[in-house]
Amino acid sequence: MNAVRATAEGRRAMGLAELRAWIRAFGPWRWASGRLRGWRSSGRTAVMGVPYFWLLLFFFVPFLIVLKISLSDIRLGMPPYEALVTWADAQAVQLKVNFANYAFLWEDALYRNAYLNSLLTAGISTLLCLLVGYPMAYGIARSNPAWRNLLLLMVMLPFWTSFLLRVYAWIGILKNNGLINNLLMALGIIDEPIVMLQTNFAVYLGIVYSYLPFMVLPLYTAIEKLDLTLLEAAADLGCKPTKAFFRITVPLTQGGIIAGCMLVFIPAVGEFVIPALLGGPDSLMIGRVLWEEFFNNRDWPVASAVAIAMLLLLVIPIMIYQRAQGSQVAAHR
Amino acid sequence: MNQRRSFFVLTAMAFGFAFLYVPILSLIVYSFNESRLVTVWAGFSTKWYVELFQNQQVLDAAKLSLKIAAINATVATILGTLAGLALARFGRFRGRATLSGMVTAPLVMPEVITGLSLLLLFVAMEQAVGWPAGRGMTTITIAHITFSMAYVTVVVQSRLATLDESLEEAAMDLGARPAKVFFLITLPIIMPAILAGWLLAFTLSWDDLVISSFVSGPGSSTLPILIFSKVRLGVSPDINALATILVLIVAIGIVTAGLYMQRQQKLRDLDVQRAIAANE
Repeated sequence: MNAVRATAEGRRAMGLAELRAWIRAFGPWRWASGRLRGWRSSGRTAVMGVPYFWLLLFFFVPFLIVLKISLSDIRLGMPPYEALVTWADAQAVQLKVNFANYAFLWEDALYRNAYLNSLLTAGISTLLCLLVGYPMAYGIARSNPAWRNLLLLMVMLPFWTSFLLRVYAWIGILKNNGLINNLLMALGIIDEPIVMLQTNFAVYLGIVYSYLPFMVLPLYTAIEKLDLTLLEAAADLGCKPTKAFFRITVPLTQGGIIAGCMLVFIPAVGEFVIPALLGGPDSLMIGRVLWEEFFNNRDWPVASAVAIAMLLLLVIPIMIYQRAQGSQVAAHR
Repeated sequence: MNQRRSFFVLTAMAFGFAFLYVPILSLIVYSFNESRLVTVWAGFSTKWYVELFQNQQVLDAAKLSLKIAAINATVATILGTLAGLALARFGRFRGRATLSGMVTAPLVMPEVITGLSLLLLFVAMEQAVGWPAGRGMTTITIAHITFSMAYVTVVVQSRLATLDESLEEAAMDLGARPAKVFFLITLPIIMPAILAGWLLAFTLSWDDLVISSFVSGPGSSTLPILIFSKVRLGVSPDINALATILVLIVAIGIVTAGLYMQRQQKLRDLDVQRAIAANE
């Protein structure tokens, strides 16, 4: 504050010419005008600069703010957190960092279980999704080319309809007087309804169902590129199809498998809608904990700490995904 | 052996597609059910549709969602096309890695994190500069643009990557300025990808619940927010009716777009064949 006032005084004291010289000598100004000249000559900077600054402002900066708030104290009022940097006696800046929110996450078994449960649920669902998705992708890639686009479109079509409503549809199917139980009871196979809704099973089912297209598409791309003569050669040399599949097809479509699994696993860890609608009170997932911490308890600092901790968990899978993407792009060229 | 494997693959495919479509079909069938108990059949009726169209709350939410989705799709398409162009055509430039990282991250980022971080940004901005005042349509639109432009970028970038650069280079050699090359050559060729990107951005915004819930204010309920608050209380037949209408609109839209693109592709193939024939 004082420093700014001092320069303002100094500026008034300077003459106009001196001021101009001062501005010209000032680094950022030269940098900015250089940039402007660059803009005019190519326009390239504008093409990359506009989306760049949009993402910087609305994607990158928000993370810094989450990090900042995760380190501050809760207080009553709006916004419900203490400032991290405060002015003490208008002279010195006081930085108040508070790791209590993280310690709280670490010590409370609820949060630890929620994290573990999220990883477990996402892992199991991803595996199931791979088991359902691989044969589908394989079948599509090996089908008649005339059919191929139609089948791909049919995989993608549910993705275009509301995610929320598709999860909602499963409530009607799984609940005690829902489609499956009514059918089984009418056929006389069971006497009492099987409890399926509000179980972990329903959550796995919901995740597999919602994310299946994300699994099938990268797998399809990988399988379609596979050189069929390799499989023929293996068969000629007496290799059984099952062995050929695991020794040749799977390793060569590894990029697609990794990309597909990560595309399912990463968002599934933070999934909120599926556990909220299909899961029971015991299927706590971290996305749901964050939601409740934020909307029900209005504890923004703890919600931020939950988000940062979730992000740390996801850094490794996100890096694996980006590497798989990078190698696929490289293979494409 | 081969026979048996293809039988396995066919069964798996049939199962997979049934898995994808049975829930949607069940939504549609039960929307015509007379009974309020959604899954107990009590005869054919269209009364839930009538009820739906008389529900002002639903109509208002749908209008708001449509408005947000349209603005979002347009802005996200422009920004995403610019980013895709930069990533596919500018070679190595300073900040390329950052841009490409920031573009791919929203694709996999859990929605709760994106929603929370954007809300905290809006609150901090309101405190610092007084804009955006409160939360509502503006903040929802900005949030949607941020995550849906990433999808547009990927679509446009992958289309540009498969596109031969020689056409653009030829125009450049003949003296066309970069902007002119873009509008006369690149843009018409990547138009289908841009349209697909627009539709994708529109649907993503139209569907989004989690991010909207974080950045919406009182009185700005989008359709998914309204549906979620109803669904939490249990199944209700008017939601089934709403779902049926939405599925129908999407199906018609996709089929029309698919047929249109197929026709365009055929015309283009015909042109190529003619050009080859003329050369011979």
